[in-house]
Amino acid sequence: MERDEAKGQRLVALFILGCLLFNYPVLSLFNVSGDAFGVPLLYVFIFAAWAVLIALMALAVER
Amino acid sequence: MLQGHVIVLVAFAYLGVLFGIAYYADQRADAGRSVIANPYIYALSLAVYATAWTFYGSVGRAASDGIGFLPIYLGPTLMIALWWLVMRKIIRISKTNRITTLADFVASRYGKSALIGGLVTVIAVIGILPYISLQLKAIATSYAILLQYPEISMPPSAGGAPLGADTAFWIALILAAFTILFGTRHLDAAEHHEGMVAAIAFESLVKLVAFLAVGLFVTYGMFNGIGDIFGRAAQEPALQPLLTPLEGVAGGYGSWVWLTILSMLAIMFLPRQFQVTVIENTDERHLNKAIWLFPLYMLAINIFVLPIAFGGNLLFPDGSVDADTYVLTLPMAARQEGLALLVFIGGLSAATGMVIVETIALSTMVCNDLVMPVLLRLKRLRLAEQPDLTALLLGIRRGAIVVILLLGYLYFRLASEAYALVSIGLISFAAVAQFAPAVLGGIFWKGGTRLGALAGLSAGFAVWLYTLLLPALARSGWLPIGFIEHGPWGVELLKPLALFGLAGLDQITHAMIWSMIANIGAYVSVSLVGTQSADEHRQASLFVDVFRQSGEGSGGARFWRGTASVPELYNLLARFQGAAAAEAAFADYARARGLRWPGDALPADAEFVHYVEVQLAGAIGAASARVMVASVVKEEALTIDEVREILDEASQVVVYSHRLEQKSRELEAATTELREANERLKELDRLKDEFVSTVSHELRTPLTSIRAFSEILREDATVDAAQRRKFLDIITKESERLTRLISQVLDVSKLESGRVEWQGARLDMREVISDTVTAMDQQFREKGIRVALLLPPQVAPVTGDVDRIIQVMLNLLSNAAKFCRPGAGVIEIALRERGGELRVDVSDNGRGISDEDQKVIFDRFRQAGDTLTDKPKGTGLGLHICRQIIEHHGGRLWVRSRPGEGACFSFTLPIEPAQEQAA
Repeated sequence: MERDEAKGQRLVALFILGCLLFNYPVLSLFNVSGDAFGVPLLYVFIFAAWAVLIALMALAVER
Repeated sequence: MLQGHVIVLVAFAYLGVLFGIAYYADQRADAGRSVIANPYIYALSLAVYATAWTFYGSVGRAASDGIGFLPIYLGPTLMIALWWLVMRKIIRISKTNRITTLADFVASRYGKSALIGGLVTVIAVIGILPYISLQLKAIATSYAILLQYPEISMPPSAGGAPLGADTAFWIALILAAFTILFGTRHLDAAEHHEGMVAAIAFESLVKLVAFLAVGLFVTYGMFNGIGDIFGRAAQEPALQPLLTPLEGVAGGYGSWVWLTILSMLAIMFLPRQFQVTVIENTDERHLNKAIWLFPLYMLAINIFVLPIAFGGNLLFPDGSVDADTYVLTLPMAARQEGLALLVFIGGLSAATGMVIVETIALSTMVCNDLVMPVLLRLKRLRLAEQPDLTALLLGIRRGAIVVILLLGYLYFRLASEAYALVSIGLISFAAVAQFAPAVLGGIFWKGGTRLGALAGLSAGFAVWLYTLLLPALARSGWLPIGFIEHGPWGVELLKPLALFGLAGLDQITHAMIWSMIANIGAYVSVSLVGTQSADEHRQASLFVDVFRQSGEGSGGARFWRGTASVPELYNLLARFQGAAAAEAAFADYARARGLRWPGDALPADAEFVHYVEVQLAGAIGAASARVMVASVVKEEALTIDEVREILDEASQVVVYSHRLEQKSRELEAATTELREANERLKELDRLKDEFVSTVSHELRTPLTSIRAFSEILREDATVDAAQRRKFLDIITKESERLTRLISQVLDVSKLESGRVEWQGARLDMREVISDTVTAMDQQFREKGIRVALLLPPQVAPVTGDVDRIIQVMLNLLSNAAKFCRPGAGVIEIALRERGGELRVDVSDNGRGISDEDQKVIFDRFRQAGDTLTDKPKGTGLGLHICRQIIEHHGGRLWVRSRPGEGACFSFTLPIEPAQEQAA
């Protein structure tokens, strides 16, 4: 049960992290012209952040 | 050139494969070797979230605003992080209570209210219609485009086509037939559709593969990688805004946030998501994998959305091709016949997956939460007496599937033409978001009431209708457009797209803001104002505290009291689930308790009735199950107080504090008793002191005279003989008095301390009286007293101490003799038997006793008359002793007198009961 609780808390933390990443003002920092690897910054950021978030979630539940 | 029949053949072949998979999975499930009981299949089945909207619509949205499609997938990714808290709870609740649909869940939470179940069903069905129409539109459009291969031309509007020539109509019918085959071949008690889940998981793979294939082909086949596409897009002035879309083409951060919230709610409350996530879940632990696998799936299916969208925009810059069809038209433009067909199948799988699960979920809802509650309440139909209702249940569900798909088609014809795919879907998202307050509030807040939920759902739904559905119909020409532009009756404040003047927002954001305010506001405020019934209170506690209850079944049973019969319950279950399922359910129950069924007698207790109700809820929903079970058992309603008592965590504390209160009350009582005892003791102490002092005083009087006369005799030798004799007489008399006094004092102390040994014997009062009178005869004669005896010839015997009774008689007689009229004394003694007791009256004709004296003469040392002036004629203890003796025998002693008219002392003695007399 304690493990369940710790897991729940880690996931809530990730939820909050995700809310911060995919929101104003973080998004506005990348909503500018410019690119990384030829792809607009905003798209690179969103997909990269998304992938990292999923990886962290996998870590949180599978650990 | 792709022939129409080739496409149709491939499509049917694909559906055939799906059916084969479903059939295989069902067979495996029946054999007890489930193929879907693993987290990967579970995660893939969740991907039923990705529909034709995702498959075709995302690209369409991305082509116009760059990034507006993404919140629809970011929202669920965020939400799923909370699933460990929220969804695990919903799953646990649903499994414990055998919830079969979202409507059932909400109804069950709010006191198993059939009304709420019906309302949720209506909202879900109406809300989902646009979503279903979106799928029909996508399949019809993609088929029409593919039919033109290699030409790329947009199909004409279906609006004018006759029904028979409209592909979408046939698609709707085919999907209905297919869904009926899938979902309603037989009735499963738990609404598990293993075959369907397996097929859905397969569909998720197909659409992902198809989309990735077209994505890879467009990116690396038609262009030179992602960098190339964006590099070329950067050259195009028309595409510049799409590169930094936020606060531009994609709208502000406000609509970004609202879209995210909307999709967070949709991933939980879309009927099909609830179906696969909650109802079809076979093991809570599957959530673990799903929490990261499902977002990963969404990430994968979205990676190529932007490249395809930008590629399409680059290749079809003139806008002649609908961006919603880029996924299909790009491979067609590159003459990739096979790939185009794969895309068509991918889109078909996305659409069919959604339609199958959604309509099965909705049909279960319609059947369990809308139609059955009504049918069961119609007494005329006598449904409750039908032996087997499984066929009826299946029939209703099949009918519902057809009706829902036809309604979806109707909406497609009415309103879908004017909208892009994503916009249609978002209307449905906003509808199901209305369930959020009632469900989330319901599982975390015990205070939510049935009326609150009703008010919230109704208010939210009304706003949704007004701000989203009506404008959609108006825009398609089915309502006057002035309704949108100037508000109803020209009232600008009521304009459905700028309600109360809230302008400048996109339609979805605007609708969400108002509907959520109305929904949450009504839910919370009505809940706070109202009170819960016992049923609601119980359900609220079962839902909110689900993790605190041990295993299945123990929760609800605590709240049931009544009587039931096993055969009746069996018949009930068999009627709705079929005899075989009922047999199995009873056998399961019996086995779990170490009994055999049939064979052993199952106890029809609360737990068992609850078990049957939960089983039944699986077939017909919680609200109807409750009604049906109540019809065959005699149930005693628990009062709200009783439910509270069982429920509240505080109840233990309350019990303790009750006990504490009781203890303190007892303590208080004991203290009072002690205080009273103490008072009595003090009083007794005082009486004792008084007694001692009175006795001393009484003793001193005769002693003083004895001493005085003895001294005279000793000192004075001159006293003559006559005088001497007189003095000696006085001394003798006073000594006698002293002796009598002392013996009486001893008597009193013995009587009062209870140390007297009473002799019990039968005695005849006539004898006692005549003996006493005889003994006193001499004395009476001396004083010239006439004695009158009024004795009946025979009286019943009494039991008592004969010496003591004689003592009483002697005392009364000597008193009478003392006080009767001097010289002409008359004493009358009467014996009577009356009302179960003997009564003796001793009356004299003396001067009588005053009222004041009557009150005190039975007290110790009290005598009638003025003791200071009159010479005492007795010790003052005689009557006191008499009363003690009579009272000890269970009788009473009292006096009646008036001054000048003599006195009458009476006492009673109880007669023995008859049987003792006989013995």
